Amino acid sequence: MIRSVRLGDPIFRVLATACGLALAVAMFGLAGVLVYNSWPAISGLGTSVLTTVAWSPVDHQYGALAALAGTFLSTLVAMVIAVPLALVIALLLVELVHPAVARVVGTAIEMLAAIPSIIFGMVGIFVIVPFIQDKLVPWLMTTPLGSLPGIKPGAQFQGGGLSIFTAGVVLAFMVLPYITAVSRDVLKMVPQVTKEAGYGMGSTTWEVMHKISLRYANSGIVGAVFIGLGRALGETMAVAFLIGSLFTSLPHSLFDPGTSIASLIALTFSEATDKIQVSALIELGLILFLITVVFQILAQAWLRRVQRSTGGRA
Amino acid sequence: MKKSARSWRLVLLVAGALAIPALALAVAGCGGSTAGANGTPAPAISGFTPQPMSADTILGAGASFPAPLYMKWGSDYNGVSGVKLNYQSIGSGGGISAIEAKTVDFGASDAPLEQAELEAKGLAQFPMVVGGVVLVVNLDGVADGQLKLTPDLVAGIFIGAVTTWNDPAIVKLNPGVKLPSTKINVVHRSDGSGTTWILTHYMTDAAGSVWTAGADKEIAWPVGVGGKGNEGVAASVQQLSGSIGYVEYAYAKQTGMTTAQVQNKAGQWVKPSIASFAAAAANADWQGSLPSMYMVLVNQPGAETWPITGASFILVQKDQADAARGKAALELFDWAYTSGADGATVLDYVAIPANVYELVQSDVWPTITVSGTPVWP
Repeated sequence: MIRSVRLGDPIFRVLATACGLALAVAMFGLAGVLVYNSWPAISGLGTSVLTTVAWSPVDHQYGALAALAGTFLSTLVAMVIAVPLALVIALLLVELVHPAVARVVGTAIEMLAAIPSIIFGMVGIFVIVPFIQDKLVPWLMTTPLGSLPGIKPGAQFQGGGLSIFTAGVVLAFMVLPYITAVSRDVLKMVPQVTKEAGYGMGSTTWEVMHKISLRYANSGIVGAVFIGLGRALGETMAVAFLIGSLFTSLPHSLFDPGTSIASLIALTFSEATDKIQVSALIELGLILFLITVVFQILAQAWLRRVQRSTGGRA
Repeated sequence: MKKSARSWRLVLLVAGALAIPALALAVAGCGGSTAGANGTPAPAISGFTPQPMSADTILGAGASFPAPLYMKWGSDYNGVSGVKLNYQSIGSGGGISAIEAKTVDFGASDAPLEQAELEAKGLAQFPMVVGGVVLVVNLDGVADGQLKLTPDLVAGIFIGAVTTWNDPAIVKLNPGVKLPSTKINVVHRSDGSGTTWILTHYMTDAAGSVWTAGADKEIAWPVGVGGKGNEGVAASVQQLSGSIGYVEYAYAKQTGMTTAQVQNKAGQWVKPSIASFAAAAANADWQGSLPSMYMVLVNQPGAETWPITGASFILVQKDQADAARGKAALELFDWAYTSGADGATVLDYVAIPANVYELVQSDVWPTITVSGTPVWP
């Protein structure tokens, strides 16, 4: 009896270790497969994938600088729109509205997260694209903003409907529920007594939200932002529909068409027959993988710093 | 109580002993075989795996352009013969890989392979269906088939040399057509596509001095925005006045888009139609394409010919493993060549002309063998 009791623990330990190892093996296996399959491009094309903009299968040139730029710009637009909006919604749900309302709105936001990205792509192409093309860009052009570099559309295409900005706007809607839901949950975890202490000191609602809730929850909010960021960087289908897919030149403006790493891979992989092209696309996958890993590491490092400066509290 | 606790631990022990190797296999075998819980190999669940002993389901994979027709032919042929066709529209690149790896009975590609590549891969190739690519525009007050463009103008627009609709060259060709002074917005396919392959080959062939960006399924477009698929190009063209794009004929016809006329090699103005695609296929020099049947159908001679036409090809292994399976696939193609024309017309494709099928039967199919013996007839 005693012997068999002792047997249970080692078995469970072996099982748990195997499961944990499987995750690590899958992760490193993935990286290994990506490196192995992208080796022909890495050795054959060198750094030209990262430093040139000529993506031309006809000439066997695969420069993906435009895709890198488009990935970062569309993600930047998405985060600039989504993060403040998500924080306001989360604070509203936790601090300001009646709990019953918060439950209904909260459920709606979680449902938004469950919508497949292709739906966002389709809504984008039929609703957002015409709006930006026919309303927003013509209006912007009448304001002083319209002549700013980075806003003024490049010469080659008028309209601005299919553009990095459009992709960013739709990405913002896609990452909004993630950032909102996680931020709401961490804001809920702020102890009621701490907040009440703040009110007791004579703080206004704004001061409590700003100086107590947000500060208490900031590491969790950073985590939420990085979840959204990771999703925006890798989002494929909606971006492929909306970004305009110009592979061969760097955008001069947010309202120029561009491309992103994930959408370039998705759009061209199925018809890629040139071995170097396939390999270059896999190399792009590797780059995307590395970008997300680097962001993850930066996020963790930042979190640790914040934790230390606030006295080790998560 | 004691007994049940012990038996639970026994269950855990057995499950653990089975789960660890199964887990290791699942991790190690990259998409390979997995073991069932009882240690015996699980039956393959992939629809991709051929069942060599049975010839009642033919597996195909590849190009998306002919996919609707292959699916229709498959269901029609099933009614006639009882043989099923399982065609997976995964793209030409995937189709070539799949037939190379022998996971399907045939692959389909919109772009033909050249003789050297066919030999290296041990494949036989023959054309199965013809289709046209048309130019679609969004210009207020311009009716379907009204706008005329020469090959040089088509190439000039898509390379960014001709930038406004009231360019003197366009105006001169189109007296009486109300052309705006706005910019020409070029819309192209953003995904690798046989449609792009056909259009760029056409511009290279018919206007090589203007079109210098090469020809492939995906090229470095100097201007314009990309739309994903025919539907993406169509949506962009329809949303922005002053746009021009290119889509498959069937798509333009079914969505009622405004198409343009082009001048063909014989100097005639033609509108896209089933008859003008058929003329391209009939006037091409198929005899000269043997033995690979590598044929770029663009810019073919003939007064009726639509110049932006292409064929879609079937690829099969020359060295077949199973005579019955090999023959079943060729029987399906034989039926499609001889009885499939009506089905093709319904879906706005063009069947291969009878004289071309004779060439396929006399020169290509005899090279498809099982240990040296042709599987057909």
